[in-house]
Amino acid sequence: MAADEKKSLFELRRTQPAFRGLEAGHLACQGCGQALGARLVTEAAGPDVIVANATGCLEVFTTAWPRTAWRVPWMHSLFENAPAIASGIEAGLKAQGRLAKVVAMGGDGGTFDIGLQALSGMLERNHNVLYVCFDNEAYMNTGIQRSSSTPHAAATTTSPSGTERMGKRHLKKDLLSIIAAHHIPYAATATVAYPSDLRKKVRRGLEIEGAAFLLVHSPCPLGWGHDGALTIEVARLAVETGVFPVLEMERGDVVAVMQIRKVRPVSDYLKLQARFSHLFKESPEARVELEHLQALADHHIEVYGLRGTSPDPRDSEGADTVRRGGLRWA
Amino acid sequence: MLEAVEGSAAIAKAVALCRPQVISAYPITPQTHIVENLASLVADGQLRAEMVSVESEFSAASVVLGAAASGSRAYTASSAQGILLMTEVLYNIAGLRIPLVLTCANRAISAPVSAWNDQQDSMSVRDAGWIQLYCASNQEAVDTTIQAFRIAERTELPVMVCVDGYILTHTLEPIDIPAQGQVDAFLPPYRFSRALDPVRPISIGNLVTPEYYAEARYAHHHALLRAKDEIEAADRDWAKISGRRSGGLLSVEGRDDARIGILTIGSVIGTLADAREEYPDRPAKLLKLRSMRPFPVDAIRQACRGLSDLIVLERALSMGSGGIIGTEVRGALFGEPNPPRVHNFAAGLGGRDMPLEIYPRLLKAAEAPTPTRFEIMDVEMEKLPETER
Repeated sequence: MAADEKKSLFELRRTQPAFRGLEAGHLACQGCGQALGARLVTEAAGPDVIVANATGCLEVFTTAWPRTAWRVPWMHSLFENAPAIASGIEAGLKAQGRLAKVVAMGGDGGTFDIGLQALSGMLERNHNVLYVCFDNEAYMNTGIQRSSSTPHAAATTTSPSGTERMGKRHLKKDLLSIIAAHHIPYAATATVAYPSDLRKKVRRGLEIEGAAFLLVHSPCPLGWGHDGALTIEVARLAVETGVFPVLEMERGDVVAVMQIRKVRPVSDYLKLQARFSHLFKESPEARVELEHLQALADHHIEVYGLRGTSPDPRDSEGADTVRRGGLRWA
Repeated sequence: MLEAVEGSAAIAKAVALCRPQVISAYPITPQTHIVENLASLVADGQLRAEMVSVESEFSAASVVLGAAASGSRAYTASSAQGILLMTEVLYNIAGLRIPLVLTCANRAISAPVSAWNDQQDSMSVRDAGWIQLYCASNQEAVDTTIQAFRIAERTELPVMVCVDGYILTHTLEPIDIPAQGQVDAFLPPYRFSRALDPVRPISIGNLVTPEYYAEARYAHHHALLRAKDEIEAADRDWAKISGRRSGGLLSVEGRDDARIGILTIGSVIGTLADAREEYPDRPAKLLKLRSMRPFPVDAIRQACRGLSDLIVLERALSMGSGGIIGTEVRGALFGEPNPPRVHNFAAGLGGRDMPLEIYPRLLKAAEAPTPTRFEIMDVEMEKLPETER
């Protein structure tokens, strides 16, 4: 006790455990981007939230009865209805005069594909809900099948590469434009490589009255085929290559982007992942697809203005708290 | 006091008297007038509720599920394709043991598309784990709606109140709309023991391995069986306040010495009761099945004692098998000493009229030397190509 009294307030704060809505001990794979993302979201949201979770990895690895990893009230109903469940919770709280925040969570399958209609309804009705999509770019829970979020040319179990195919033939769905078309108060993208940025966006989304949407790029070591220790590295490269633009939108307009201090070639991102390994074999088709993917990243950099002009504390280097601050910020 | 009210408007008033906190629905004929009336009550400030007009029945069922889990009294209504679209959610609501009330304005299922009445929609979800109560009149629809909230909240099971589309929903009848005080005396405010609350965080909808699934199904099945007592109690207690009963699980009406019974469900019971007066020389007992789930096996056995013949008339069927209720009634009577012969008919499919003459025709059919296992009545073979006859 006497020793504690000598500690400064700053030191005392550092000894306080941060609130964790999602506890350790769940069944996620090592290096799971979604588990990290969900932990960061719940830490930023605080204890006074109710979570509606779509079917998917997150639901499966956190709640095998009779255990649960959630310290906040949590509800899973079905795959395609998390936005409607969240809408109902929000309406119910409003009717009771209660003030808890409502966070809906889903993967890209539950958000880009099967739950898109319910999400559109929730956004159109402007429910006071923060919807967080953990985007790992395929159906990982069922064994890595392609979704409409799977990037062009990525190999999955239902879009394999072969003598006649270079992985997925179609483009990744431009969900952000669909979200933007709803003109909701706030929408943003974030990634597990930039936890402070992610937390700030969670808080912003919860502060705002009305519907908010957050797309969190979440590497999946199993599905993407990279070492679990490289999750943050892979997520960071997605930003630094322009593959995954990090931005904020208000009423559908882009109001802020994370600029890239040093733009890296897309191949730096791709070559770490087995799902793109067929693109590094010597063939004209592979070269063409690599060019396509570089062009898509260049397009992002152009349309969102991602190229940094001078070093900035909020750019892809400045905002990188993992590299600079260590665990305290992660 | 009796008022001339359209069935849908009366149901909406009954719902409003139950003080729902969240209503969510998607429009579908013939359910629309119910939710339109509720929307008007909200718009006029006569009902303080969150009215969430959603983009599909799937979301309607999901919104009331979320709302009820948050601790709000919640209500929705649908029909036909809407019931089918929300089927996955219906099973989920019941499996999560969330109390809420849904009105099914019964309508035929597509294809071929039909906007008219039968009961294939609610019968198709009879195994979803909901309590299912069928109404014979609009007065029963009002009373059953009020009872449904109490049954749901006491059993922590969802209740589907089934009313025949058009025949009830779009018909003007003299109906006693209860006073607010009567309903308040019957139905206390909703308190959900497992409400989502940050102060007492719980997880709802966990993944269940084979070690626990069978136990969950057992518990759910037995909760439905136990709900019989609450259904009877709600009918009894509401009768003390309103002076009316809606028929508990199953009600029997007719002369004690009648040897022939007709068991049916929904509004056609009124047609048969009227017909019996037209044919006083042929008195049959009328068995009104109100609770399809839980299925009142004991009450059916009791009601069939002394009958030589039981005609089961229903408005839906299980394709490739036959009657749904007929099959279940036969199962209930199996092993009974001297059970009646069971004759099973489907009629009134897709809005086909069921006139008073159906009564003597059913009684005549029961005279057949061999009971009819199952038959769809009134099929006009000349309308079919030869290969389909």
